Amino acid sequence: MIETLIGIIGATLRISTPLVFASLGEVITERAGMLNLSIEGTMYTGAFVGITVAAQTGSLTTGLIAAIIAGAIVGCVMGFLVVTLGVNQHVAGLGLTLLLISASNTANRILFTNKDGMVRVDPWKPFDFAGPIFSQYWLTYAAFLILAPALWWLLWRSGIGIRIRAVGENPESADVAGISVARTRYFALALGGALMAAGGAFITLAFLGSFTINIINGRGWVAIALVIFGRWGIWRTVSGALLFALVSATQQQLRLVPALSHLPFEILLALPYLAVIAGLAITGRNVPYPGAYLKPYRRL
Amino acid sequence: MKLRIALRANRPWWLSPVLIAIAIILTFIISSAMIRWAGANPFAAFKYLLGSPLQSKFGITEAILSATPLVLTGGAVALAFRAGYWNIGAEGQLLAGAICATVVGLHADGMPHWLGIILVVIAGAVGGMLWAFVPALLRSRLGIDEVVTTLLLNPVALLVVTGLLNGPWRNPETQFPETKVLSENIFFPKVYPGSRIHLGLIIGIVALAVCWWVVGRTAGGLKMRAVGLAPGAARIAGLKVEKTLFTTALASGAIAGIAGAGEVAGVAHQLTDGISPGFGYTGVVVATLAALSFPAVLLIAFVLGIINVGSFSASRALSIPSTIGEVVQAVLLTTVVSALVFMKYRIVLDKGKHRD
Repeated sequence: MIETLIGIIGATLRISTPLVFASLGEVITERAGMLNLSIEGTMYTGAFVGITVAAQTGSLTTGLIAAIIAGAIVGCVMGFLVVTLGVNQHVAGLGLTLLLISASNTANRILFTNKDGMVRVDPWKPFDFAGPIFSQYWLTYAAFLILAPALWWLLWRSGIGIRIRAVGENPESADVAGISVARTRYFALALGGALMAAGGAFITLAFLGSFTINIINGRGWVAIALVIFGRWGIWRTVSGALLFALVSATQQQLRLVPALSHLPFEILLALPYLAVIAGLAITGRNVPYPGAYLKPYRRL
Repeated sequence: MKLRIALRANRPWWLSPVLIAIAIILTFIISSAMIRWAGANPFAAFKYLLGSPLQSKFGITEAILSATPLVLTGGAVALAFRAGYWNIGAEGQLLAGAICATVVGLHADGMPHWLGIILVVIAGAVGGMLWAFVPALLRSRLGIDEVVTTLLLNPVALLVVTGLLNGPWRNPETQFPETKVLSENIFFPKVYPGSRIHLGLIIGIVALAVCWWVVGRTAGGLKMRAVGLAPGAARIAGLKVEKTLFTTALASGAIAGIAGAGEVAGVAHQLTDGISPGFGYTGVVVATLAALSFPAVLLIAFVLGIINVGSFSASRALSIPSTIGEVVQAVLLTTVVSALVFMKYRIVLDKGKHRD
């Protein structure tokens, strides 16, 4: 019993890692007043670019860095669409997601599946010490111990954070105060995109060591829900990611319970998604969206 | 000197065709990069993508067949977007419609053919509506963002499909995760001899016509458009914004669900986990490219149907991945929405020393 519990806690931390990266990336973006629906495609691209570069160079770290750069570039493309041009953010984000997923799948076929099958790398191993809870990947440690505090500091204690929140709440005032709305929003999108791609790369470079189609499977949409659940705060969003991962880890354990083995495992797989929707239904009423959410800013 | 974007005072007649042409040229250039990388000549690839389906009667009918679900999902998305309800769950609603249609198909032995067809269409609509119900309720009662909830229910719908196919509906003969071939009493009749075009196309066109009439010509449609354009003003004017959103969301779900029923009863004649290769998401592309106009949905669905069929010819002839068709569609969406910004705005060049 205790062992199962410890196993669930260990798995929770592991499963939550890509969601922590991605949802914190979305927090930064939305704090600057933009919904980034390209998150699903950016994670997908991160997963693909990460493993591809890692396989070509033989270095997992190089793969991760390449994924991060790719994510930042995607963020800038999103910036061109929604900041410079002011395209509807739902359409731009979803269009980019469709583009990135189909382009990654096409590249995967050109590079790998049309030739010698599948791209594989030897993935990162978790540290092995002090029992299952602390035997985690270095990226998991990085997410909770470095990334989340650093982003909290960035958002609430740094000048950049003030500018991000200002252009997200009231871009007119920010502009009058001498803050470049466009530059700040580009920065938020690039940083957010880099984090989303890192989350995707974690899945291929640490979890799996391989790439399959549909690898993100809605995790990006979950991350967006977690941001609303977390009310655009760093720690509440991290807690949301942990709760989601807890449901996921629990359903993985439940699948091993003999009494439940006749239950279709798909029901259990659907459970985390339904839990997120239920969570939103309970806590998502009258949430304070950033003031300039979804509104392009033009100085006319 | 500095470039900036300013409101456009007038809109000359040649503007929109020129912008569309620019978007198409940009799409060609951007897609060419990927096609060249795949090892093919972009001109040859586009000749296959756009040209080869139009060269034979078979190609044209296959493109129309491929456009059929897109007519319905595109119409469903356009309807919801018109009311400002961001239904991005057409994929899940389509799958729910396909599941309910399959239920009818599994129990239709001994039923008259006409009754089977009516029931399967109703089942599809009910399935799509049920799947749209929870996000619609959460939005209209609690104000919870429908973008997230409709998106999250898409993977859930696929899990329900695979759960049914791996469990109670597994084909007893082949043991494959697909249902047995359903009762012939629900099969949609072919509407054009010698082709696979089925009743779903007619239903799709009728659905578009009804949407066009309701949205453009009735009081309810006027309310819907008002809610979509200015929800705050609509509320002050005494319109029941939430009720309008709820109704529109259910109608949108029903139309998407019928698309699923059409794929089951018109094409596959069974339920498989590949029943929809993303028709719901492509519906968003169709609706957006059509600028949410219902007649244009029909045209755009046909164009994307051509690309779908053409991507397979291009893949066979030039041995490039068939997913290149999806890339072209997504690039086209991005360039068109970017180009259309300049319908309302123009780029001006600030010379001089004055600060703006």
